[in-house]
Amino acid sequence: MTIDRRKFIKTAGLASLAGLVGKNVLGQDVSEVIEPGAFDRLAGLQSPLQAQRWAMAVDIKKCENQHDCTKCIDACHLVHNVPEFDNPKDEIKWIWKEPFEHAFHEQENEFQKTELIHSTPLLFCNHCDNPPCVSVCPTRATWKREDGIVMMDWHRCIGCRYCMAGCPYGSRSFNWRDPRPFIKNLQRDYPTRMRGVVEKCTFCDERLALGMLPACVEACDAGALVFGDLEDPEADIRKLLNDNFSIRRKPGLGTQPEIYYIVS
Amino acid sequence: MIEKALRGNSRYWGWIGFLFIVIFVGFLFYLRQFGYGLGITGLNRDVTWGLYIAQFTFLVGVAASAVMVVLPYYLHDFKAFGKITILGETLAIASVVMCGTFIFVDMGQPLRIPNVFIFPSPNSLMFWDTIALGGYLVLNVIISINVIASEKKGTPPPGWIKPIILLSIPWAISIHTVTAFLYSGLAARPFWMTAILAPRFLASAFSGGPALLLLLVFLLRKFTRFDPGREPIQKLGLIITYAMTINVFFVLMEIFTAFYSGIPEHLDHFKFLYVGLHGNTTLVPWMWVSSILAVISLVLLYIPKTRNNETVLGLACVTVFVSIWIEKGLGMVITGFVPNPLGEVTRYWPTFTETMITIGVYAIGALIVTIFYKATLSIRGEVSV
Repeated sequence: MTIDRRKFIKTAGLASLAGLVGKNVLGQDVSEVIEPGAFDRLAGLQSPLQAQRWAMAVDIKKCENQHDCTKCIDACHLVHNVPEFDNPKDEIKWIWKEPFEHAFHEQENEFQKTELIHSTPLLFCNHCDNPPCVSVCPTRATWKREDGIVMMDWHRCIGCRYCMAGCPYGSRSFNWRDPRPFIKNLQRDYPTRMRGVVEKCTFCDERLALGMLPACVEACDAGALVFGDLEDPEADIRKLLNDNFSIRRKPGLGTQPEIYYIVS
Repeated sequence: MIEKALRGNSRYWGWIGFLFIVIFVGFLFYLRQFGYGLGITGLNRDVTWGLYIAQFTFLVGVAASAVMVVLPYYLHDFKAFGKITILGETLAIASVVMCGTFIFVDMGQPLRIPNVFIFPSPNSLMFWDTIALGGYLVLNVIISINVIASEKKGTPPPGWIKPIILLSIPWAISIHTVTAFLYSGLAARPFWMTAILAPRFLASAFSGGPALLLLLVFLLRKFTRFDPGREPIQKLGLIITYAMTINVFFVLMEIFTAFYSGIPEHLDHFKFLYVGLHGNTTLVPWMWVSSILAVISLVLLYIPKTRNNETVLGLACVTVFVSIWIEKGLGMVITGFVPNPLGEVTRYWPTFTETMITIGVYAIGALIVTIFYKATLSIRGEVSV
């Protein structure tokens, strides 16, 4: 790895800072207070994960084998300060489970494999190649990045909910009321939202920037979630999709969803 | 001009006072919504647009319908509309103001609305709708103020206003077309994604709008010395007859396509409207009332004897207006969300707060109409004060 001038200066600066405060005022060793790798990440030594086209593969069978597991949902909703309401009217969700007949509405049939028809696939924002939500947004508060992630600016969103009308997957949630009192376990390193704006999954852009996989992928011990770059022929996700039969939600609309469901 | 609206008898002031009270009550309810958020309405994650956006859509139609008096009068020099054209144009102003207000009260972050202009997004039909409606408002304000001013001076309107009036004709068509595109371009919502949506919007606008205008004319005639004579009333009745016929025809075409093709994603929405879906029959009684009223209106309008009777014509206008309000101001928007893209049915019904805010916005429109009509009629000496 080559270290450019900027990185060198950052590293040197942080290293000397670490040296200066080797023991802080309370006499604790810095290494106990600061999480391992934090300096590296700040210095950009742990390079961000980058791709030309991010995508996710969901192995329905592996996921179903975990029965009532909600680890990925819990992890996502925790790190992103997603509020928890006890009524469906105010509900906000970034990842959720939905019965197969709803998740794959009009792709289901009565005699499908029992394990499939009774499955509850995980649903996310599909990070479409042609996202209708981006086209309809009147303020460009939602946009598509070069690497395919469909982003959301909660500070620009006017709350018109046109994107929610335009999304064919029901992937967007609206803050019908102040969400802050309903955040169970506030995470200080991620913003909270205010009432009146739309939010959704962003493939953990904030974690990718720090070289970490999305929270849901990291939380899944069953290996049911595989995240990677579809433009990289060597990527695991490419091999997985090559070796298995996969389906996507509402393929006929031309949105080109980037969430693939392995059903074989 | 405005000074004419500041004088009036006690009945006039009573009406103005009543409207102010309704607006104020609506404003108080809006403050509640502003503080709490849109969760105070019946809207939810599945049905994200409701009463407000439906009223917006309906009123864009009323605004566009001014063209039904403007076009015959200015393009074909149909003199009989001379006395009522300005009533149609100022009704359009009030309607566009209500449209803007309904959009405002529907926003999650209303104070950020300037973002639409700071970050203009030609990709979004909402951007174009803002331009279309804003432009239409400006055109009609310029036209109305000048026309009323020249009536006051007793001179014909200035020559330069004619091209602006002619421009307002295609512009009126554009506002409702762009508003239809707002819906019909969404692949996610099969109920709206129909090429006939814009023509349907125009047909319902050109029947419902003139029906409202005719009812206002009848009211003015009852309470003031205003009398446009028999001819414009009969002509407007004929316009309503044709437009309502086309509107019902378009609805039947939609129903045929959905039911004969049997494609569930189209059919389910119509089932929700007319027979209920998954046990949800929220709109069913409304839609049947709307359909029955449509049939009654057509019968009353088709038979020359009943159409020529002004009392019956008034009744026909009520049936047309209510039928179209239900179809457009209730059924059209909500049904796009039921079932949702996942095939789920979620109930939506406006809350009390939402209804009061809606009534408040309508009162703003009524106030604007009152002021314009009062000024016009005072100038013509058709009201006593």
